[in-house]
Amino acid sequence: MADNNREIYLSAKGLTKVFGSGSQKTVAVDHVDIELYKGEIVSIVGESGSGKTTLAKMLLGLISVTEGEIYFQGVKRDIRTQKKKQEYWKNIQAIFQDPFSSYNIFSKIDAVLLDCINMRGGRRLPRAKKIEMMAEACSFVNLKWEELTNKYPFELSGGQMQRLMIARIFLLKPKILLADEPTSMIDACSRATILEMLMNLRDETGMTVIFITHDIGLAYYVSDSVFIMEHGKFVESGTADSVILYPSQPYTRRLISDVPKIHEVWDLSTV
Amino acid sequence: MAKVMLEVNELTTKYITRFGEDVYAVDHVSLKVEEGKSLGIAGESGCGKSTLALSLMGYYFAPLHYTSGEIIIDGHNITGMDPDAVRKSILGTEIAYIPQSAMNALNPTQKVISIVEDVIHAHQPDATKKEILELAKERFGILGLPAEVLQKYPVELSGGMKQRTVIAVSVILLPLVLIADEPSSALDVTSQKMVIKMLRDLMERGYIKAMIFITHELPLLYNVTNDIMVMYAGQIVEKGTAKETVFDPLHPYAKGLMGSIIVPERGLRGVKLAAIPGVPPNLKNPPPGCRFAPRCKYAQPECVQRMIYTMKVDGGREYRCIMTEEQIRKAYKNG
Repeated sequence: MADNNREIYLSAKGLTKVFGSGSQKTVAVDHVDIELYKGEIVSIVGESGSGKTTLAKMLLGLISVTEGEIYFQGVKRDIRTQKKKQEYWKNIQAIFQDPFSSYNIFSKIDAVLLDCINMRGGRRLPRAKKIEMMAEACSFVNLKWEELTNKYPFELSGGQMQRLMIARIFLLKPKILLADEPTSMIDACSRATILEMLMNLRDETGMTVIFITHDIGLAYYVSDSVFIMEHGKFVESGTADSVILYPSQPYTRRLISDVPKIHEVWDLSTV
Repeated sequence: MAKVMLEVNELTTKYITRFGEDVYAVDHVSLKVEEGKSLGIAGESGCGKSTLALSLMGYYFAPLHYTSGEIIIDGHNITGMDPDAVRKSILGTEIAYIPQSAMNALNPTQKVISIVEDVIHAHQPDATKKEILELAKERFGILGLPAEVLQKYPVELSGGMKQRTVIAVSVILLPLVLIADEPSSALDVTSQKMVIKMLRDLMERGYIKAMIFITHELPLLYNVTNDIMVMYAGQIVEKGTAKETVFDPLHPYAKGLMGSIIVPERGLRGVKLAAIPGVPPNLKNPPPGCRFAPRCKYAQPECVQRMIYTMKVDGGREYRCIMTEEQIRKAYKNG
C-alpha cells in the first residue's frame, strides 16, 4: 500500500469491557490497543467467547466502554447524545452474522435502500435519480433492482440478503465497515461471492474493513493484516502472510490446525 | 466386495405445498454405501441435501411425500413401511439422524438423561431407569463425554457440547447407518474439530457401520468421507472418491463449487475464487434438460432440449453432463 494512504481512521487505546462485578466479573476485552488504517482489511480472529464481538460492539458504539479511549480520525470519539451517535454511524457501519434478523421485517427493500440515500443527504433528490442510485447499488452486488422492488427482505435467500446488506453499505459509503462473521450462516458458494464483493467495495471506496471471524482460512484470504484474539487480548498480530504462514504463538498454531486443509494432512489427534 | 450397508435406488420424494404444487426436491437419486465407508453430500443451500437425508430414513410426514424408488438398509427393504413401524423398529437402530440445528434439537425442559430414556423406551419399553442410566454412562464415556452431562439441562451445555450430546443420543442404540446433516456448521472451528473427531472415532471403532455426511464445506468432506456426491437442484450431478471430486471435478457445477474452497494454505491467498453466477432454479418448474444449463458457461443449445442422463466413467465415477469426459477436459483446459 502506498504511504500517502496510511491515514489512521480508527484507533483505540487500552480498550476494556467488564461485564458483571464481584465474583461474577468477566473481563471480555482486556486493554486492547488497535490502529486501523485507511483502505485496509483487518481481521480479528478468535474462538467463541474470545471477545471479538464485544470489541466490535464497543467500536460501533453499541455498548459502553468500561475503560480506554476510541479515536476516530485522530479525534476522541464523542457519542454521548443520540444526535452525535447518528453522526458517528454515518462513518461506521456494520454487517452482522444473521442476515435473517438484520432487516426490519415490515419495511420493503425499497425503503431499506431509500433510507441509506436519505442518510447520505439525498432526501431532496428527484425520484428518478434515487431509483438510478438504488439500481446501481443492486447491480454492484449482482442483484437486479427490477426483481427486488416491492418485495420484502424475507422473500430473499440468506446469500441475497447479505448481498443486499453490501448494497446498503455501497450507498452509505461509510469510512469504516465492521463485518461480524458475515459469511458464517451462508453456504460456501455464496460465501465466495460475498467476500469478493467486500474486497471490491474496499477497492472502490477506500473504506477500512474490520472482518471478524473464527475461521482463520477466511481471514487469510481477505485481509491485509490479522489480529489473533484470546481471552480478550490480542496475542499475535501482523500481516496475513506473516501470522498465518509463520505463527509464533501456540494459540495461533492451534487455530490454524483446527481448520480442515486439502493439500496438507489435517491432524485430528490434537483435539 | 464389501457388504453394502445402504442402497438407494432411484429415490424420488416431493413436497406438496399448500397451494397443491409438487416440488421434487429429491429426483431419482441412487447411491450405495459399503460397510466401513462414508459418503459425503455437497451442494449449495436449497439443492435438496437435507430433504435427501430425511427421505433416506423412510419416515415421511407432510409436506414431504414419498413418490418412487427404494431404500435398502443392510439387505432390509424399508420402502413402503408404515411410518409408525419405521419409527419403532428402524429409526435409531438401523438408521439414525443428527439434525442440522443441534442447538435447538434438545428439549430445554428435559435433562439429557430423560431424553436418552425417551429414545430407549421407544425401542425397549421394558428397560428400567437404572439399566438406561448404566448404558448411557457407558456409551457417553466411550464417546468421551463426561457422565455429568446426563444430569444437566441443555441450556447448561456449550454449543459444541450440545452437538456432541445430540450425536451421542443419536447413536446410543448403535445404528448401522448414521446420517449427519451439517453437524458442525453452527460451531466454531475448534468445536467443529471435536465433533468431526467424534464421528470419525465412531466409524473407526465400528459403532456405526456406514455414514452419510452432509455439508457445504468441501474441505471438511474431503477430510472426513471416502466418497463425495455433489447435488444440484435435487439431482446428483457428480459422484466419485473424495480426491477425484475435489481435485478433478468433471461436472461444471462441481468444478465451480470446488473453485470456492478457502483454506489457510501457502499460495492460496489472492487466488481468485470462482463464484458461480446466477441462482439455482425453482424446483416447482425446473428447466427442461440440464438443470444447471442456465448458469453453465459451457452450455450448448442441446443441453436444454433433451433429458441429460448420468455418464459413467471407468473406476466408478459418474457425472450428469452432455459432454464426454474428453470434451470436458478440453473445455476446462481452454478456460
